[in-house]
Amino acid sequence: MDALVNKRIKRVMKGDQDAFAEIVELYQHQLFQICYRMLGNRHEAEDIAQEAFTRAYVNIHTFDQNRKFSTWLYRIATNLCIDRIRKKKPDYHLDAEVRGTEGLNMYSKIANEEELPEEELMRMEVQERVQYEISRLPDKYRAAIVLKYIEELPLAEISEILDLPLGTVKTRIHRGREALRKQLSNL
Amino acid sequence: MNACPEKVIRMMDDYLDGEISPSEEKELKESLENCSDCRKIYQELTRTIAFVQSASHVQAPPDFVQKTMAGLPKESQRVGVKRFMRHHPLMIAAALFVLLMSAAMMSSFSDDQQFAFTKQENLVVEGETVVVPAGQTVVGDITIRNGDLRVDGELEGDVTIVNGQYMASSGVIDGEIEEIDQVFEWLWYTIKGTFNDAVSFFDSNEQPIGE
Ligand SMILES: [Zn+2]
Repeated sequence: MDALVNKRIKRVMKGDQDAFAEIVELYQHQLFQICYRMLGNRHEAEDIAQEAFTRAYVNIHTFDQNRKFSTWLYRIATNLCIDRIRKKKPDYHLDAEVRGTEGLNMYSKIANEEELPEEELMRMEVQERVQYEISRLPDKYRAAIVLKYIEELPLAEISEILDLPLGTVKTRIHRGREALRKQLSNL
Repeated sequence: MNACPEKVIRMMDDYLDGEISPSEEKELKESLENCSDCRKIYQELTRTIAFVQSASHVQAPPDFVQKTMAGLPKESQRVGVKRFMRHHPLMIAAALFVLLMSAAMMSSFSDDQQFAFTKQENLVVEGETVVVPAGQTVVGDITIRNGDLRVDGELEGDVTIVNGQYMASSGVIDGEIEEIDQVFEWLWYTIKGTFNDAVSFFDSNEQPIGE
């Protein structure tokens, strides 16, 4: 897989846009998933995932081919997500107030744009709740938790993506896990 | 109510990270058997992980690849020329040879080396840099030869810069910018099929360089 990816990257570096389309094809779902879990919103996730691919394309000459491409790509994406989260922080207070009165309605609305059968909805509720609790985590814990438990990446790779020492990554996962445990204890 | 020992919590973390020693694993198991609070925390943690992992995998929208590709910036001409140079060094060398050997060509080329630009209202010139001053608006297309452009105000029109560059600017351009490096263009021209013409041109204008 890595050899195949590197071959395509060499072609991209020579200006072959089709090769880049193949790269997007290959990583689109994983990248979208990271953004979606970080941002909790499909529309924003699409926006940021697209931006991440564009930055990777524009800066492809700075990519060190001795490293793993996905690590570099995920790093671009998580940085963009964290930027986005920080920029819209004031909105989060609004969300918290909504939650106090209306439960999860606002979040349900976002996720339920497509029509789903009743039993699917029943199942969805737990998942929505989990997504909601993930998006309540401070951004630095959120990134570590998403990479560890949703992307299931090894700690060493997470440390490279987040550009943090291994020990810090572990601490963030522990704290994120502990925060989620408390938030989900009534589920 | 006694809080559970820090050490048990740390061992749980190590265990969940898959980084616990066999002896500590044994110790952890004993703690969990002996303390219902520790057990509860542990069960909640594993349940939390299971919940997070059960989050259904989402997929990018079906038109994601197409939209992403359509949103990529277009390649600039300059990149194209640079790429050409990288991949065809021999042709570039041959073309350079012809060019350098042809004094007539060089002199006709340098006739063209004068600074010139399209005159538009409000444009200011500093040395060989054309400036759209801050607070001013220039309306109309601008072509600049052998000089640079800086935009501190507003420019409503397309820009063509031949043998010069668009300098870091603080203003706004509402139009397209094209930079042409004429030396490259000349090489291109020579390579592209006038190779013979250039040689015969050279023959009929025998003037060694430097005289
Ligand atoms: Zn205990």
